[in-house]
Amino acid sequence: MSPTATAGTAAAATAATAAERGRAAAPPAHLTMRDALNRALDTALAEDPATLVFGEDVGRLGGVFRVTDGLQRRHGADRVFDTPIAESGIVGLAVGLAMNGWRPVPEIQFDGFAYPAVDQIVNQMARMHYRSRGTAPMPITLRVPSFGGIQAPEHHGESLEALFAHVPGLRVAAPADPLDAYHLLLQSIRGDDPVVFLEPKSRYWDRAPLPEGGLAAAPELPVGASRVVRPGRHATLVAWGAMVRRCLAAADLAAEDGVELEVVDLRWLKPLDADAVAASAARTRRAVVVHEAPLTAGLGGEVAALVTERAFRDLAAPVQRVTGFDVPYPAGPLEPQYLPTVDRILFAVQRTLEY
Amino acid sequence: MSDNTAHDEPELVQLLTPEGELRHHPDYPLDLGAEEVRGLYRDLVLVRRVDTEAVALQRQGELGLWASLLGQEAAQIGSARALRPQDMAFPSYREHGVAWVRGVDPRELLGMFRGVTNGGWDPAEHGLHLYTIVIGSQTLHATGYAMGVQRDGATGGDDGTAVIVYFGDGATSQGDTNEAFNFAAVNNAPVVFFCQNNQWAISEPLERQSRVPLYRRAAGFGFPGVRVDGNDVFASLAVTRRALQHAREGQGPMLIEAFTYRMGAHTTNDDPTRYRVAAELEEWKRKDPILRLRAYMAANGVADDDFFAAVDAEADKLGERVRIECRALPDPDPLDIFHEVYAEPHAQLDLQRAEFADYLASFEDAGAEGGR
Repeated sequence: MSPTATAGTAAAATAATAAERGRAAAPPAHLTMRDALNRALDTALAEDPATLVFGEDVGRLGGVFRVTDGLQRRHGADRVFDTPIAESGIVGLAVGLAMNGWRPVPEIQFDGFAYPAVDQIVNQMARMHYRSRGTAPMPITLRVPSFGGIQAPEHHGESLEALFAHVPGLRVAAPADPLDAYHLLLQSIRGDDPVVFLEPKSRYWDRAPLPEGGLAAAPELPVGASRVVRPGRHATLVAWGAMVRRCLAAADLAAEDGVELEVVDLRWLKPLDADAVAASAARTRRAVVVHEAPLTAGLGGEVAALVTERAFRDLAAPVQRVTGFDVPYPAGPLEPQYLPTVDRILFAVQRTLEY
Repeated sequence: MSDNTAHDEPELVQLLTPEGELRHHPDYPLDLGAEEVRGLYRDLVLVRRVDTEAVALQRQGELGLWASLLGQEAAQIGSARALRPQDMAFPSYREHGVAWVRGVDPRELLGMFRGVTNGGWDPAEHGLHLYTIVIGSQTLHATGYAMGVQRDGATGGDDGTAVIVYFGDGATSQGDTNEAFNFAAVNNAPVVFFCQNNQWAISEPLERQSRVPLYRRAAGFGFPGVRVDGNDVFASLAVTRRALQHAREGQGPMLIEAFTYRMGAHTTNDDPTRYRVAAELEEWKRKDPILRLRAYMAANGVADDDFFAAVDAEADKLGERVRIECRALPDPDPLDIFHEVYAEPHAQLDLQRAEFADYLASFEDAGAEGGR
């Protein structure tokens, strides 16, 4: 373990704790990703009476991460409701409600608990529009608090994006910061396809200044678009979810050595904004993709293939991958060893620069 | 039946004995006119003919597969005739009788088994969702749909909407089915769980699925369960009518176990001689749903020989139409595989479609018939 990585992780943990403690006293001109997601759900419930929010503990408790806090009080127990603890049941319920013309936004409490629902997600929700020739659309947004970084027990730190991006009929999205989370979730809910929406739980307490004119005035990107969150010219870092902020930290450090890294936040993992990512890689001639999920058959391989297919002649080095390892997600103190660190990202940048 | 239940043989609601004698049941009165009885008979005979033709078409290579409903006609026709137009039914993959009652043309049904479509009809138009192949999945869809009915305020009165979901004895072992029972119970959802216990889940007999009679499972979830003679179209109609009424009035779910028998193979790929004895089939043939209704009708002057001959002639004509229309079902266009995967544009899939279209077109240019 390198000193930088230790410091970085400790700093992140301290920042998260401070944000949590200070939330009540925080100036109102700031908001967290949790707040932004809460307001997106509130907006969706207010604008369309067909929208329903349900899952385990999402009602009176407001969800274990408080993302649905206050929604039942404001929109009623018919539209924001608790379900028995059965994840396949929650998604199966959403499929049946969608067949009846509703717009369900179910929550799976933690990533690892999405696995019991995979049958309903893959066999039913994903292909119903197809097999019904469009007569049974599935405008379902399945929210899943995802990824690691909060030192939670086993089954609370899974990265599901490759699994669900592989399934025809699904869309997959993951926000990286509060302001973008608001629009990304609303776009997912307003769309008529099923979306698996992976919320980086380690970023729930990240704060952002509220734009003048409120959240709705925050920049809104087209559905499916990635975004360059930091321009650079020496190499492109590609990431999503919690790893975007880590890539930005790596870019800050690299800049001190005169290396200008471009950071691309994918946002949509399916469909993936292949042309934009390849264009960035072609411009910088080097790409490093960073994710928390294990290496093998991870989405990093897909990104590498798409970039290579589109920008082979412009690349000066093979696309590098900085990922978790091919091991079960480790709990507690070993978590920082598993997750990509700033140092591992910078080592990969160095490899691609020296190739 | 296992030892611990042998002393407690479950009651079977039956209104028509295998010999065709009418019985009265205090809880399930049924007052049908002669015209309605003749209509039920016609339904039973016609769906059996569609089924017979479909099995033959599979043997001739016109269908990839067929799941025969032979023996289960009364359970399906009786329950489906209890539905009202506003009600919604969720089938598994053997509910050809339900599809018949809900106005789905046999041609549309055969399309799925011929492989020219994954669905075949508009669920909303017919009040019948598409066939579901994964065992038990549709029980949750029906429960969700029923919870939507509650939220529409379309329950709680005599004109309310009710939902029915069909599944088999094997599906009672699935987690989804048990989750659906529980979700429906705690939400008091207007859904009727209609289990056709046809005694066999492919090769597994009922005693490999359950230690208790299936209808008793409902008690553990907190709603009523009843076992009905599934080869008795009158009882199936009466019991389902009452369960639907229970649901539409806002009294919550019910489980019906229709005790019946799969007289044919599981599907055309199956060989039941490997796992069950011929004597069992012979015993159930004596309980045939069509023979008992015909015996009742003939003995009570509900229909004469001319009527029975006319229904047989109608079945012959229907069978011929099914054969002709099945063979005429067109193969879908190759690019159909890309249609309706998403409701909204999807850049990467659009690219794949365009590339595949170019690939196909390249053979047309060369004058060849297609890719290898």
